[in-house]
Amino acid sequence: MTGETRYADDLVLPRMAHAKLLRSSHAHARIRGIDTTRARALPGVLAVITGADLPRVRFGILPVSQDEEALCTEKVRMVGDAVAAVAAVDEETAEQACRLIDVAWEPLPALMSIEESLAHPEVRIHEYGDGPNVHKSVALQFGDVEAAFARADLVREDTFYYEGSTHLPLEQHAAVAHWGPDGKLTLWSSTQTPHYVHRLLAKILDVPAAHVRVVAAPVGGGFGGKLDPFAHEIAACHLSRLTGRPVKIALTREEVFYVHRGRHPVLMWLKTGFTRQGDITGCHIKTWLDGGAYGSYGVASTFYTGVINPVSYKMPVYKFEGARIFTNKPPCGPKRGHGTPQPRFALEVQLDRAAEQLGLDPAAMRRRIVTEPFTKTANHLTVTTTGLAECIDRVVEASGWRTKWRGWRAGEAPSEKKRGVGLACSAYMTGAGTAIYWNAMPHSGVVLRADRSGAVALLCGATDIGQGSDSILASFAAEVLGIALKDVHVHPADTTLTPVDLGSYSSRVTLMCGMATIQAAERLRGAIFEAVAKKLEVAPGALVARGGRVGVPEDWDTAVPFAQAVELGEAMHGVLAFPGSYAPPRRAGKYKGGGVGPSPCYSYTASVVDLSVDEETGEIELHDVWIAHDVGRALNPLLVEGQVEGSVYMGIGEALMEEQVFRKGLHKTPSMLDYKSPTTLETPDIHTILVETDDPEGPFGAKEAGQGPLLPIMPAIANAVYHAVGVRIDEVPITPDKILRALEARRRGKPARVGPEKLPLFAFKEPVVVESAFGQPADAVVVRPFQAERLA
Amino acid sequence: MNPQTVEPRMKARIALSVNDQPHELLVPVHKTLLEVLREDLGLTGTKHGCELGECGTCTVLVDGEPVLSCLALPVELEGRRITTVEGLAEGGRLHPLQQAFAELGAAQCGYCTPGVLLTAQALLAAEALPPRDRIREALAGNLCRCTGYTKILDAVELAALRLSRGARAGAGR
Amino acid sequence: MMRLPPFTYVAARTLAEAAAALAEHGADAMLVAGGTDLYPNMKRRQFEPKVLVGLRGIRELAGVRGSAREGLTLGAGTTLAAVAAHREIVTHYPALATAAGLVSSPQLRNMGTLGGNVCVDTRCNYYNQSFEWRRAIGFCMKKDGDVCLVAPGSPRCWAVSSSDTAPALVSLGAAVRLVGGGGERTVPLAALYHDDGIEYLAKRRDEIVTDILLPPVDGWRSAYLKLRRRGSFDFPVLGVAVAARLEGAVVRDARIVLGAVASRPRLAEKAAAALVGRRLTPELIAAVAELAAGPSKPLDNTDFTHPYRKKVTRVFVARALRALGGLGDAGRAVEAIA
Repeated sequence: MTGETRYADDLVLPRMAHAKLLRSSHAHARIRGIDTTRARALPGVLAVITGADLPRVRFGILPVSQDEEALCTEKVRMVGDAVAAVAAVDEETAEQACRLIDVAWEPLPALMSIEESLAHPEVRIHEYGDGPNVHKSVALQFGDVEAAFARADLVREDTFYYEGSTHLPLEQHAAVAHWGPDGKLTLWSSTQTPHYVHRLLAKILDVPAAHVRVVAAPVGGGFGGKLDPFAHEIAACHLSRLTGRPVKIALTREEVFYVHRGRHPVLMWLKTGFTRQGDITGCHIKTWLDGGAYGSYGVASTFYTGVINPVSYKMPVYKFEGARIFTNKPPCGPKRGHGTPQPRFALEVQLDRAAEQLGLDPAAMRRRIVTEPFTKTANHLTVTTTGLAECIDRVVEASGWRTKWRGWRAGEAPSEKKRGVGLACSAYMTGAGTAIYWNAMPHSGVVLRADRSGAVALLCGATDIGQGSDSILASFAAEVLGIALKDVHVHPADTTLTPVDLGSYSSRVTLMCGMATIQAAERLRGAIFEAVAKKLEVAPGALVARGGRVGVPEDWDTAVPFAQAVELGEAMHGVLAFPGSYAPPRRAGKYKGGGVGPSPCYSYTASVVDLSVDEETGEIELHDVWIAHDVGRALNPLLVEGQVEGSVYMGIGEALMEEQVFRKGLHKTPSMLDYKSPTTLETPDIHTILVETDDPEGPFGAKEAGQGPLLPIMPAIANAVYHAVGVRIDEVPITPDKILRALEARRRGKPARVGPEKLPLFAFKEPVVVESAFGQPADAVVVRPFQAERLA
Repeated sequence: MNPQTVEPRMKARIALSVNDQPHELLVPVHKTLLEVLREDLGLTGTKHGCELGECGTCTVLVDGEPVLSCLALPVELEGRRITTVEGLAEGGRLHPLQQAFAELGAAQCGYCTPGVLLTAQALLAAEALPPRDRIREALAGNLCRCTGYTKILDAVELAALRLSRGARAGAGR
Repeated sequence: MMRLPPFTYVAARTLAEAAAALAEHGADAMLVAGGTDLYPNMKRRQFEPKVLVGLRGIRELAGVRGSAREGLTLGAGTTLAAVAAHREIVTHYPALATAAGLVSSPQLRNMGTLGGNVCVDTRCNYYNQSFEWRRAIGFCMKKDGDVCLVAPGSPRCWAVSSSDTAPALVSLGAAVRLVGGGGERTVPLAALYHDDGIEYLAKRRDEIVTDILLPPVDGWRSAYLKLRRRGSFDFPVLGVAVAARLEGAVVRDARIVLGAVASRPRLAEKAAAALVGRRLTPELIAAVAELAAGPSKPLDNTDFTHPYRKKVTRVFVARALRALGGLGDAGRAVEAIA
């Protein structure tokens, strides 16, 4: 706002050196040798390293996918894999030195698609996994789907393709490492997950974790793209150790495209049975994920393509088969919505088609089949509150759906630009129910320390990535303690200072850090009340804290200013510092794979998109987006709206133009110009409606808002396009070219559709068969670790 | 008379006026304004997202007009008035645009914000109460990945309203 | 951060100084005005000139002189923003004002010049990439390599003319004044271009584009339509400029120029000829649009698919003609019509 926020690339330390990575120019190749002689000889070069200089350790964010090297030693698996790093007096010299490193390559066949990777088992990208080039294959079945289809009045089978896309944060990743003469390492980095980086740096660099400090700098856009430990962070640390200087490394935009970890391209087959009234009898989905060159979060991503859909609608029986395939492209990972926008797109478009076949209003049909609150889904997830029905009602009302939709209109006369509306819904997790590495410790921790000045320091490991978590957490503490927001000082994301928080991902910070903050604040308040009660000679239970004072409401004149209350407390108890801890309720389904999908509670969204399609050019113009989001409780409506609007925006990009695509082994569009991100001119007015359900699992009733609202946008646009011009584009992005192709197909009497025509020949493994838990009531008692006193 | 020539890697002596403060600099001629602001003047409020003129993040004002500092050479800007985000607030008081952005949550990660603020400032200097579509057009060269632009447009409208009211009140006095 | 390679900078104050510097440094030197095309290309090492001759300090290059009645002279150093906002141009040469106003982004139009846009380097998505990317794919003939990656059997480069203003100016019958060591010459703008991605300018190395001359408006109407993914930033992947002189509903003269479908602005001469002497009816427009799409031969080296760009050529020509004839909806892409 004022230019004072110091992002990682804004940090400057005395004697700081600058580093660059040499990246692979081959999509798949063996490294025969690396000669750094010429680079070392360049004046100004301080150090040159290759993988041979680092401990021989493979790493990965998930314990089950330890398949990365900071600097590749034996082979590279994608254009952009790092093989060497240079530290020099300035960035230009480091870059020049990288160009002087000679690598002897032995090119291997590059596998650039799911089909290629499955067709060439003799070429192995990795040696591990569930089959040649198959990273992970999962199969889960809850109840008898075949019987469900037999019961149905209508069974639809459809195929869909969801193209990959990337986060494109405006801030390019950067880090500064300083390995001090005391042997301790500090890394400042634009990361969403300092704790995981801390753990992995210790392992990768073979140093005691106790001597590593990771500070998350303010993040200039994350969206899931800054959630892994990266080669540039590791290289900067090691170069700092070698040179004895602080080392800065800042990626170029092109390198950010190689780091990626973005949306998986997913091919999908979806079969659903419907009754005449629109009820779902059962659903079976198969997904094939193009994972790219490494595991990253991919095992979780694979599960997410299957496990969340049953949270929104009643699906009595459910079957999911998914496989993640390795390819020689930048690894995919957890982009906003992690693994769920793709199957959501498939489901919501299929529902639209079923509604048409059944002659039902797609809004009313969905409204009828929303899940019941406090019940379980077929796959054993617990739905707590759900505001989906209200979201549908509100968005139908606000958009004027009934007038605009006008029923299924077949055979209307074509005009050049036709208008259409589309509706879709979604559900999303408020924080993952399990940690990335198995442990029984808190997912979020907070320490609150009250100062004799009346200020309160809030120490938490969470990273504010622009979602405003610092200010939300401060407001929770201020609310409980009855003090002004300005009196709370947040010290985030510094692994030597702050208790662990797992990171800013999975929409977990407001809920998990929030619950920990509330617990810490209540403990602090309890200690203060005890001391003030003694002085005022009242019972602690009679006290309230508000307006910066602590006292008895009926006798407010005697209320003690907060600073004085702190002094009383400190005199009684010593230093006033209190921890708060949170871990989600243990509700994982008791079957293998049951750990992915559970969440303390789920958010719900419904959206209506109004657009025009130019039938001559295929161009789409968005007019308005209405979106209603069940956020549990809107603690800061402006921040919630901001998250909703931002999600809609990112959904529009994915629906209409963003695509991470490759040609001849290379990223086709690794630039801000060629990778198309919508500008102000493509972004319509977004009308946000917040729906409140006051969830017992959330802090003050709140649920997430940062990811879920992205999900309905792509299918709502696809459905609106169909409504406008009668063509089904069963893949994203929905480009003008595809619309014209579909219109032409219709003119030639063929199906008015563009989408995948065939599916891979792939044998999923035998499914884990579990009884459907559909409709069972949620557990009566919620056991939340570390929060026993709150239950009392 | 020979034209002024600066050899490669040779440093040029350049006089730059940034936020009304004159600077005498000795910098290589091929360093862009973006690099000089951030690396030589310590004005890291000017951000960068591509350095190729494709995102608008590095926007600064030159004589009041929004330009891309990643594609401007200081040697060509002598005698021009350069404004960066650090020059927006007056004294300790936030500029009305900054105030409105803070109140309405128009900045999320904050990284595109400096460039957006400066572009908006130039617009409001030229047009007191631009309609929403005009604001859209003026900001079409500033990408934002967080906000969906909605709150940004709202904040510019709010600041415009306040500025024009302030100007009217000032004129009436 | 992407940075510029080192160079010697010559700040020319007069055309003579600039011409002399060009003559002195020969192939090592390049001209720079706004820098919005050259600097990104230099950062990607598509150009590594040893000497840059800066034109910014040359006063005579900026500004618009004359009137629509007698013809306008536009200094090559006039910014695109100034061209797009110039009242006389907006009113009488709308294709040009529209085209200039659709170049890239507002910031870039404040920096980029008309001369720069007329001479903008041809583009190709195998070429407008970083040094490392181009090295990974093996380089192309336009820089550091010897094959054309979009048409590997081709002896020539197929990089795409990506100027918005050039097709508009050609449709308006503009001329260009060039000043070089050997004096000055004025040629029709259409003669400034070759259909070759590398040697796309018919300009000697020592020549400087100093002015663009627009003929008297003389009853001509014009329109420009641009195809691209987004309303900002993007280069055209198809530009259609149409200018016509009408008497009532009868076309007396017409030019149709296609941008971004070849290495030069491409005149659709047969299509234009088919208009002359005829009434501008929907049937004629459809036939002419079909003819105009003939010379549109895009290849797969820009955004959007090339068959799609070809299809839209027809649509845009028809829409531009409908707009000129006042025949109703011309579509969203028509920003201004006289």
